[in-house]
Amino acid sequence: MSTRGGDDVAKTSAGKMIEQRHSDMRPDMRRKSDPSLDEARLRQQAIGVKLRQMFDQVVNEPVPDEFLEILKRADARKPGQV
Amino acid sequence: MEEKRKDTPADPAREAAFKAELVALIPHLRAFARTLAGDPTSADDLAQDAMMKAWDARASYQMGTNMKAWTFMILRNQFYSEKRRSWRQTQLDQEAAERTLVAVDDPEAPVALDELRLGLGMLPAEQREALILVGAGGFAYEEAAEICGCAVGTVKSRVSRARRALQGILEAGNYKRDGASASEAMRSILDDAERLSALR
Repeated sequence: MSTRGGDDVAKTSAGKMIEQRHSDMRPDMRRKSDPSLDEARLRQQAIGVKLRQMFDQVVNEPVPDEFLEILKRADARKPGQV
Repeated sequence: MEEKRKDTPADPAREAAFKAELVALIPHLRAFARTLAGDPTSADDLAQDAMMKAWDARASYQMGTNMKAWTFMILRNQFYSEKRRSWRQTQLDQEAAERTLVAVDDPEAPVALDELRLGLGMLPAEQREALILVGAGGFAYEEAAEICGCAVGTVKSRVSRARRALQGILEAGNYKRDGASASEAMRSILDDAERLSALR
């Protein structure tokens, strides 16, 4: 987190929120909305969104016919038959 | 509940319901397999094996319970028992990480997905799996714990460690890859996420 300079941060779309990091460090303010906590939360949310997107990309792929064929063949088997 | 004897003819309606539910789960099994196995082909083999194991065990499944969690558990067990058989697999982890999940080389796919995939590949397997089940698979901690055969607290701590590690990796640009600069990946993930949530 500390690898990024303030300039870098300000350029992101989330910059507005993150810029406050340096100003409001009084404990009473921090309790309400700690900018660095907000930033961390935002990033975690972003990672979460991407993670789901990544997973859903495969979920949304068409299922290869093979799957259904295998299942159909298995279904046609008489019980007890292996 | 009541003992199902081997020679009892299966209830066709139940079989059909089971099959329909199983078929609906295939895409999810494929996606989960893709996060475990090294490449799409072995992932599909794994998903098929799991599907067949689930089908063969259908008599022991209680209709109305969580079939998704049940099949994911079967798939996971299948994967690790195969993995135990071939130690070579562990050697392939790093290599695998570079091909995992989204194997289709889609030039349109946002760069950040790639970075995320590589970052995920750098996490210890049990952290990656916990994060994927909870963060992408939509499972509750309790369900993920059941799937992984561990305590709920263990899953929680794995997920939180995975999140922190992944964020660190993405921000440091600490994945193996040349080109894209350090925080480029994180920025692009943030931008993308913002765009996506704006669509909702």
